[in-house]
Amino acid sequence: MARCCSRSRVHGADLPRRNPSAFRAAVDAGADAVYCGFRDETNARNFPGLNFSREELGEAIAYAHCHGSKVLVALNTFMRAGAEEIWYEGAREASRLGADALILADMGLMAYVTENLPEQRLHVSVQASASNADAISFLVDAFGAKRVVLPRTLTIDDIARISKAVTCEIEVFVFGGLCVMAEGRCALSSYATGKSPNMNGVCSPASHVRYRREDNEMVSELGGYTINRFGNDEPAGYPTLCKGRFDIGEACGYAFEDPVSLDVMSEIDALRAAGVSALKIEGRQRGKAYVAEVVSTLKAALDADPERRAVLLSRLRGLSEGQKTTSGAYEKKWR
Amino acid sequence: MRLPPALAIPFDLVPVPIAERTANMLLQRLMRRHPGIFERLGEHKSKRFGFRPIDLPFVFVVAPAEEEVTVLRGDAEDGADAAVEGPFFMLLALMEGRLDGDALFFSRDLAISGDMEAMLALRNALDDCEIDLPTDLSTLAGPFAPVVARTAARIRGKVLFEEPRSWS
Repeated sequence: MARCCSRSRVHGADLPRRNPSAFRAAVDAGADAVYCGFRDETNARNFPGLNFSREELGEAIAYAHCHGSKVLVALNTFMRAGAEEIWYEGAREASRLGADALILADMGLMAYVTENLPEQRLHVSVQASASNADAISFLVDAFGAKRVVLPRTLTIDDIARISKAVTCEIEVFVFGGLCVMAEGRCALSSYATGKSPNMNGVCSPASHVRYRREDNEMVSELGGYTINRFGNDEPAGYPTLCKGRFDIGEACGYAFEDPVSLDVMSEIDALRAAGVSALKIEGRQRGKAYVAEVVSTLKAALDADPERRAVLLSRLRGLSEGQKTTSGAYEKKWR
Repeated sequence: MRLPPALAIPFDLVPVPIAERTANMLLQRLMRRHPGIFERLGEHKSKRFGFRPIDLPFVFVVAPAEEEVTVLRGDAEDGADAAVEGPFFMLLALMEGRLDGDALFFSRDLAISGDMEAMLALRNALDDCEIDLPTDLSTLAGPFAPVVARTAARIRGKVLFEEPRSWS
């Protein structure tokens, strides 16, 4: 059952959903809330075959509500000048279909929702890159935002400081893909392919990705740029520039981050103490097998003691990018 | 998860036309059970998708627009627009959405090549179809369908979740 957020405890997870089948997997596994998007450029996971038609979303919301889960609809790309109606219509439709909240990044869209759908609950997407108390408070005051999803560039101490200074709920990513950039402002994918998550809803779009064998290596390319060369048994990662391996001066290595996924569930007690209200699991582009496994494991981990929690979480490492996990910026151990 | 040689070797003796006829019969059955199976492919429906089991001597090329499968010997050029390569049981599990394709790619159990947008569309379409091969295909066994379905499901559970690496 989705519960009302209080500032003193961490709620269950907000879980990713990519299609009706994976949606049911998330709900069936006990998701408190599931986030998803329409099958168009209005959300930051606009991949082929993913996401929902209006009809599918209506059915999914009914299914979720019937099972006590909430549905958060992401409309978290930035509106194209002259094409704003695509986003406005998406917001109206999501609201009409019964979305429990809209996850927005564009302030113009936030203003539209505030003025035209005043009863609709509004969350600030990580894509808005609201990463300090002043920015968040502005969004709360101006648009009535009820929750902010913080970027994955903050430490737990940063989160605690923000939490004390704002009046809305705080949501943080705890597991899944690790974006190491200032989200909503990253232009790496756009540089290589002309398309970005910010405007087109795609980071490293599949249309620009190629894999090929070269001697004993698997070479990954994005937009004609070689991103990485993986040895025969070396774990692989996604073909994103931020996790590419490059020749830099005399050295060859990862310039920004290794192929690795985020896992900060071991810090759940610290996040709870920092004032976090909701935990977000990344992975709308992953399959229903992933959704079911991660959701059920993390739900069990939430109620487990630290020792048992570590055992539970270790089994998720095999599902992770590069078969490795990191606590990322939460503990600031980067070079 | 690879087929043991004792099971794989007999496939060398199976003539390609018989393998192809069988594969087409199974595809037609799946399409009847899941009429929306290729709906999510959209513009990629006209592409040709190669399935290359590394432990069988065949390559399967599925053409959704023509609703047919072409079977070739493993070393033949298949002309697929996009292809996935891995152990046979793993490919079947992917069809059912029982294993996560990204995770198998990360672990290098699967290799993918060609048109990645088409491959992504196919993966997402299959993942949404709720395919259950023992149930979907056992009806071909007529009155023995329940027994066949139960046996196949038991084998699947053993291969995928009890001793997934024992045949590697």
